Amino acid sequence: MADIQKLQQIASQVRRDIIRQTHYATCGHPGASLGCADFLTALYFDVMEHDPSFNMKGEGEDVFFLSNGHISPLWYSILSRSGYFDVNELATFRKINSRLQGHPAIDEGLPGVRVASGSLGQGLSVAIGTALAKKLNNDDKLVYVLTGDGELQEGQNWEAIMFAAHRKVDNLIATVDWNGQQIDGPSDEVMSLGDLPAKWASFGWEVIQMNGNDMEEVVSTIYKAKGLTGNGKPVVILMKTEMGFGVDFMQGTHKWHGVAPNAEQTETALAQLEETLGDYVYSD
Amino acid sequence: MTTITNKSMLDNIVSTGKKSTRDGYGAGLHEVGKQNPEVVALCADLIGSLKIQEFIKEFPERFFQVGVAEANMMGIAAGLSIAGKIPYTGTFANFSTGRVYDQIRQSIAYSNKNVKICASHAGLSLGEDGATHQILEDIGLMKMLPGFTVINPCDYNQTKAATIAIAEHYGPVYLRFGRPGWPVFTPENQKFEIGKALMMSEGTDVSIFATGHLVWNAVEAAKELVKEGISCELINIHTIKPLDEEAILESVGKTKCVVTAEEHQRNGGLGDSIAQLLARKMPSPIEYVAVNDSFGESGPPMELLDKYGLGSSDVVKAVKNVLKRK
Repeated sequence: MADIQKLQQIASQVRRDIIRQTHYATCGHPGASLGCADFLTALYFDVMEHDPSFNMKGEGEDVFFLSNGHISPLWYSILSRSGYFDVNELATFRKINSRLQGHPAIDEGLPGVRVASGSLGQGLSVAIGTALAKKLNNDDKLVYVLTGDGELQEGQNWEAIMFAAHRKVDNLIATVDWNGQQIDGPSDEVMSLGDLPAKWASFGWEVIQMNGNDMEEVVSTIYKAKGLTGNGKPVVILMKTEMGFGVDFMQGTHKWHGVAPNAEQTETALAQLEETLGDYVYSD
Repeated sequence: MTTITNKSMLDNIVSTGKKSTRDGYGAGLHEVGKQNPEVVALCADLIGSLKIQEFIKEFPERFFQVGVAEANMMGIAAGLSIAGKIPYTGTFANFSTGRVYDQIRQSIAYSNKNVKICASHAGLSLGEDGATHQILEDIGLMKMLPGFTVINPCDYNQTKAATIAIAEHYGPVYLRFGRPGWPVFTPENQKFEIGKALMMSEGTDVSIFATGHLVWNAVEAAKELVKEGISCELINIHTIKPLDEEAILESVGKTKCVVTAEEHQRNGGLGDSIAQLLARKMPSPIEYVAVNDSFGESGPPMELLDKYGLGSSDVVKAVKNVLKRK
């Protein structure tokens, strides 16, 4: 039985990590990072069976891919808080010689990352490949992948979506950060995704939806998705989130996709987010 | 001209018949599939063209058809490699490179994935399908990616050997081969060593560095030149990256002039790699046998190679030109 309150507390600290990482780097992508914090907290701290001592092959464990790699501040916080590397390394985000690259990379050897991402539309294909390998290896664990909704404008995704259904990749759970926002504005104005649930369903996937910022609903829905695996269809969770969730001035706008908060904004934001696990140490 | 030293080595290079290098790939894939259970194959709706039917027949569960979706294929290959598989992707060379460059760059090269990109129908010799399919820029594209190994074998036997050998090498590989039947002139069951230049025939007047189909054209050119008393040192550079710098410099140190030959643009291919090396270490006159900054066109393979300056007579001309500049 998931401890929802505990997960909410973790998510609060993760949100603080996101604000601080981007502020100290003076750049980065806080908006969707904040939006997806509840989902990734639930995944890493409750649902996924994974090993922070980190083995690239991921044998015998669930594996997660971040396709919308720009929300790296979220993933780095999650990885460090769940034991993949020391939390104080978060202070090196986007600095030169750091393992915490602006977009996730593996060439610096950061535990938890299995493929570089950032150029959008590629993660779903990669996740499918690992899912296929797990089946060949008789490994019954799952593969999870998170994508953005604007990211779905990249055509490669639809190649992957077509393939996964055709090939019955049913050990795969994709999640879409359905926040309706992208760099140039609301998605409906930039390039409408149309009826997104219907699109995925027509491509042959099992489709479920959830409020991605309600921890209780997030946990129960991911478990529901798990229950749907192994039935010949890949599963997608269309997750409604608010960009900037948890910081009032960052919500309700696309403005904070890729802009870091200044000192004053950081102070205001942190005042809204409870410090629950201890801030990492940072000094210039 | 200096003493002819290489006639007997050259005389020993003979064609035992014609088979395509893509057939060599298919045979090599089948063989390496038997040797190594982690080898898996992917194809983008071109099974027959890539000659991989035997692999698929014997290992159907290790084959993934992706349809006309090369970007997805590259990503899936990266994902398979994460879990320890050795994926061999398969489509035409133009679809294996330019079309999916960012996918290769991010998910494979920058991510250092153990993926073998196997690219068929490269170059003008693809023939009648025409310029849209005749990639002449792929060696350039792929060698510019850090960490990539780039191989262009010269005949059926060498392609088969290369296909098998790259499974033992950890890291991304670009393996390029062609469509038409082509002379078979290297030993059957040869051991392929990545990155090792192969001395085909020793000589003293000029170093000819050739790759892929053009190795045979260079052989024919060398046989012609020997009749005129010109001694060619002919070296097969099957691995453009990493380049066997030692072998190249040793040869050029002896001959003092160079001809390069490739089924590729003059820009960005083998010639440029060797020119870069020589400019840094041993500036020497160099002539390129390559396509002069042009797209191809429809036509029979041999006529196309001649029309675009890649025939054996073009190698002969290049040698005579570079000798004047010595």
